[in-house]
Amino acid sequence: MKRHSALLALLTVTFALAMSFSLAACGSSQPATSAVAANTDTINIGITEDIDSLDPAHAASAATHEVLFNIYDGLISADVEGNLQPALATEWSVEDGGKTYAFTLRQGVKFHDGTDFTAEDVKYSIERYRDDTIGGTLVSSFNEVDQVEIVDENHVKVVLTKPDTDFLPFFVLGITPAHVSDLESNPVGTGPYKFSSRSPLENVVLEKFDDYWNKEHAAHINKAVFKVIHNTDSLGMDLAGGTIDMVYRLPAAQISQLPKDKFTIYEGTMNLVQALYLNNAVKPFDDVRVRQALAYAIDPQEIMDNVSDGKGVEVGSSMYPAFKKYYLPELNDTYNQNLDKARELLAEAGYPDGFTFTISVSSTHQQHIETAEVLKEELAKIGVTANIQQLEWNTWLSDVYSGHQFEGTVIGLDASTMSPTSLLARFASDSPVNFVSFKSDAYDQTYAKARAATDEAEKTELYKDCERILSNECAAVYIQDLPSFVALNNRFDGYTFYPFYVQDLAAIKPAQ
Amino acid sequence: MRQGTNTLRQRIKELPRPDLFCVGLALTAAVLVLVILGVIFSPFGATTLTPDRLQPPSPGHLMGTDKMGRDVFARVTYGTRITLLVALGTVTIGAGVGTLLGAICGYFGGIVDEIVMRVMDALFAFPNVLLALVFVSLFGSGTFKVMWALGIAFIPSFARVVRGEYIRCKHLDYVKNARLQGVSDLRVIFVHILPNINGVLLSNLLIGFNNAVLSEAALSYLGIGSQPPFDSLGQMVSASQEVFFAAPWTVLGPGLVIIVMVLGFSLMGEGLRSDTEGLE
Repeated sequence: MKRHSALLALLTVTFALAMSFSLAACGSSQPATSAVAANTDTINIGITEDIDSLDPAHAASAATHEVLFNIYDGLISADVEGNLQPALATEWSVEDGGKTYAFTLRQGVKFHDGTDFTAEDVKYSIERYRDDTIGGTLVSSFNEVDQVEIVDENHVKVVLTKPDTDFLPFFVLGITPAHVSDLESNPVGTGPYKFSSRSPLENVVLEKFDDYWNKEHAAHINKAVFKVIHNTDSLGMDLAGGTIDMVYRLPAAQISQLPKDKFTIYEGTMNLVQALYLNNAVKPFDDVRVRQALAYAIDPQEIMDNVSDGKGVEVGSSMYPAFKKYYLPELNDTYNQNLDKARELLAEAGYPDGFTFTISVSSTHQQHIETAEVLKEELAKIGVTANIQQLEWNTWLSDVYSGHQFEGTVIGLDASTMSPTSLLARFASDSPVNFVSFKSDAYDQTYAKARAATDEAEKTELYKDCERILSNECAAVYIQDLPSFVALNNRFDGYTFYPFYVQDLAAIKPAQ
Repeated sequence: MRQGTNTLRQRIKELPRPDLFCVGLALTAAVLVLVILGVIFSPFGATTLTPDRLQPPSPGHLMGTDKMGRDVFARVTYGTRITLLVALGTVTIGAGVGTLLGAICGYFGGIVDEIVMRVMDALFAFPNVLLALVFVSLFGSGTFKVMWALGIAFIPSFARVVRGEYIRCKHLDYVKNARLQGVSDLRVIFVHILPNINGVLLSNLLIGFNNAVLSEAALSYLGIGSQPPFDSLGQMVSASQEVFFAAPWTVLGPGLVIIVMVLGFSLMGEGLRSDTEGLE
């Protein structure tokens, strides 16, 4: 019995290797032909996880919000540079030091079902998001909303429970019509695409909406089909075979398998801050000189070379480049690799012979594990021994992120809204998500000032100061914003990266 | 069942064939040489990063280099060491405890036998890897923890086999003889019976060793076990799959060593087994 299972296993391994061999052979010899005729009426997009809801209030994952972006419009929207632009509201003002947000609504906007967009719909949508009858607000950030007042048919005022000058970015959330209650099966919005049909775990079909209010941002392609491809490894083959035309977030290793003359690869970033986050509360990382020494010891470019073929963008503080308004490229040079300087700092801090610590890293994130492996080699050069400990993702969340039971960890932190607070709030010493236990009076004061500031330019400058403090005090050893790749069939072009989770189909048009 | 395998075996036996044990031994020796070679002579460190990434096999890099420019051959020799260590530890724990329990249960029988063997049955109901996964999720991962987890998972299979042998042997004349002479139970168990079931035990040990190598590879493949950058063979295969199409040697190097290792132990076990059965 035992012997049989052993032999069986052996055979399986052999067979698997043989299979992989023959597959490899197929992959390289397959001619780049497609059975699908040149057709720009429909675009098929491969997604690896099905959307979790068609209702923006219930949508949980970023992968869902980026699809729903095409169906719904918010009062405002963020453009490709991350700046907030008018959408369903033509203008807005922040009153009472951030307690009241007043919006002037756009006229002549139609919902997908032909009805007019009115102030009633705005009130209904925002009050629905704030609805706490289900035990907690439907959309948690809207718990700050006190009431929505309709001033007249063109003007709406949203009053918060307490002043918050950073609340504006939350108004990108879609406005839904007051007369539609079953959004899950009948999603109606004002976006450039309208919902056509959905088969769970299979596809979501959208169609061009002809009466879209923004002619400059209108859809160019009649039909868009989001196909759920369950096996990430087969994305490249599906693209090459012609069943899908586009994949966003294609694994880097699959790019080389695509026929080069048929696809354009757009290279962007994942919009996150990958860093070696150190627990500032434990020895030796409570000493800023030790953290700085580690920052001097590493070379982000070497990490990018080893982990993602040299792709990626360096970051020097808790801000990624897509936040153009706030990103400070000069902070990348605060700590350029300098091993002598690193050893010197270690000696000053009382560790002339280095020390040993553990990097806890999630076992599901291959890029972070590989980054840790490179870090280990780099740190060995200054006598610091880093041991790597893989943790299952939920254990990582409970032990490292919530429990603060770690010395160092490699992870990427992203932003949930286009507000710099999503990336900076966690470093305030009283923040519940300050998992690195960073503590700096200067930072706390600057951050509080930035939050309270009402003048936009002053606010921006204060947030930049926050970034400078994080860099100088080396809250974490900042590394990079990981690369992200989009493959688009050459029949189409115009793919545009956004600084947060958005897939803008209206930007894609048939190639000339 | 037994009859069937016997006639089949009989027929195969009539064919001329090489001594399986020797072939197995040769393969195992080859793997051991690889490990020793890695310890005494290694121009590259197993974790040293170089700018020569994804180089195909060449005289300089016998098995090529991986995505980070590390020498695959150096990593394979190191990985083999880890894999062998885990397999050895697993079998030692599994066979040690399993033999002890099996011997006591088989020899004494009764209520102890009932209780222990029902617990063993319960453990046996889970696949080894699944059981090890449960232990790992409870106690965390790491080379030694995986060794313990797999070791415990391996206990029932040894206990069963040994118990069966003891039940068979305790009614044989030499045992009855010894007991009539007043030899203590413990002495009968370990000095009189144990040497007589050596053959069965040894072939089971080798097969267990095999299963341990494969289970470790499977666990490593799931990201549990020894921690990077000191990868066991299974982890190397797992980590290399994303560059498999571009650089198949990163998978084939460690994959081949697993095959050779498992084949070696399998053949040795098989050889021993047919030898002992031939004696009866």
